[in-house]
Amino acid sequence: MIKFEEVSRIYDGQTRAALANVNVEIDKGEFVFLVGGSGSGKSTMLKLVMREFRPTTGRIYVAGRDVATLPERKIPALRREIGMVSQDFRLLPGKTVFENVAFALQVIGKPRSLIRKVVPDTLELVGLGDKSDRRPDELSGGEQQRVAIARAFVNHPKILLADEPTGNLDPETSVGIMRLLDRINRSETTVVMATHDWAMVDQMRKRVIELENGHVVRDQERGIYGARA
Amino acid sequence: MRHALSETWSGLKRNVGITLAVIMTMWVSLSLFGAGLIAAQQVDLLKDQWYDKIEITVYLCTAKLQTAGTCDPGQDATQEQKDQIRSAIEANPQVQQVWYETKPEAYEQFQQVFAGSSIKDSLSVDEMQDSFRVKLVDPKKYDALVEQVKVMRGVQKVQDLHQILDPVFKWLGALQWGTIVLSVLLLLAAAFQISTTIRMATFTRGREIGIMRLVGASNFYIMGPFLLESLIAALIGAVLASGTLVFGVWFVIMRNAQHTLEAFRWVGWPQTWLSVGSIFVVAIVLSIIPTVISARRYLRV
Repeated sequence: MIKFEEVSRIYDGQTRAALANVNVEIDKGEFVFLVGGSGSGKSTMLKLVMREFRPTTGRIYVAGRDVATLPERKIPALRREIGMVSQDFRLLPGKTVFENVAFALQVIGKPRSLIRKVVPDTLELVGLGDKSDRRPDELSGGEQQRVAIARAFVNHPKILLADEPTGNLDPETSVGIMRLLDRINRSETTVVMATHDWAMVDQMRKRVIELENGHVVRDQERGIYGARA
Repeated sequence: MRHALSETWSGLKRNVGITLAVIMTMWVSLSLFGAGLIAAQQVDLLKDQWYDKIEITVYLCTAKLQTAGTCDPGQDATQEQKDQIRSAIEANPQVQQVWYETKPEAYEQFQQVFAGSSIKDSLSVDEMQDSFRVKLVDPKKYDALVEQVKVMRGVQKVQDLHQILDPVFKWLGALQWGTIVLSVLLLLAAAFQISTTIRMATFTRGREIGIMRLVGASNFYIMGPFLLESLIAALIGAVLASGTLVFGVWFVIMRNAQHTLEAFRWVGWPQTWLSVGSIFVVAIVLSIIPTVISARRYLRV
């Protein structure tokens, strides 16, 4: 589903590579934790998958596409296959929960009849079936993140990327979000989650890829946060 | 489409002030542009009309006039000189027709032209000049004949209307170009206004645009409302400018000038519609190009 071949990325005006010679393959339906300190290259990896920029060298395949050479005009089609959740939720404050989720479908031209059917189901899935008329500022942080997840998942993408999704949440709420991502993963969606949350990683016992200064230093099935293989 | 329309509407409402500014700049600049086009066509019409009628007048020496030319002081041109001049003119292939105007004929002409004016009585028959009037096959090819006849004996002066018309058209041409340059400057100002509007809109709608890009909205979908917004402002400006131009042509030319100066050929509706068409083309191009450029730059689509 996602494959990095000898990928390096150097940001403009910098000499040190944000990612250096990364080789990673993630299969369909996998759940992967991406761990490592700040600046280790986790976010860069996710942004490369989203094709926010191209790798400096190397090849990246996402959902059957060669992302490194993908022309600009085909980026939207790629992103429709990927859901993205970030630490800061990125909800629209003027819109209700329902409208925020529906927005993701509207802007890719889905018909209203479909939106009216799919959005409530998705809100039900994330446990917000009864809050669809609320606005983001009336919700707790955990609930807001659930809305963001609903928005990322409403189009049933093949891949869900989560960049520190529990970074702003307390441990108890984080567990709920974690369970939700696990549930989404079980519906055949590949989930890649970048995180600092070692307790969560240790508890879940999923595949762990650890990055340090842009290098992959560990790739371990059923790993924990701290230990080296 | 629904989204594009509702976004466009809310965008226009949000930026009422700047949208009005764009409309007004477009209005004024497009009106000027259209007026420049009309003026250009008017000048062309007059050029065609006047240059087609141009005759060359060869004034012959007369005893009363002491001035210049190849005249012997105090002498009328002799019959021999007249014959030489006539045969020289008739030998030129560019000459279509030549006729001789005597002093009394010239005097009569003078009386007619200044009928009812005090100038009428300021000159006597003796102060008139005999002249050859020459009509050319192609009025634009006057140089050779003028040069040839000017130096012949008995010729006081050769007058062709180019000497009078050329400066007039030179000034008219400068005026036309001035109008068009001015309108181009204003049109550029309008284009910059549009690009600034879009930059501002990308700040106020930044979060939405970010999410649209994230979930894979197409570039056209993201840009659509911006395009429509500037297109609508430009079209309103174009409609107002066209109205101004049509009213101007009707009021200034059809109602007034045409009646005051009947001898002139004036621009009419065909030339006006051509200008109106150009106004719309320019308005559309000038709204779309800066929108696309600044959208690519600030929306990073």
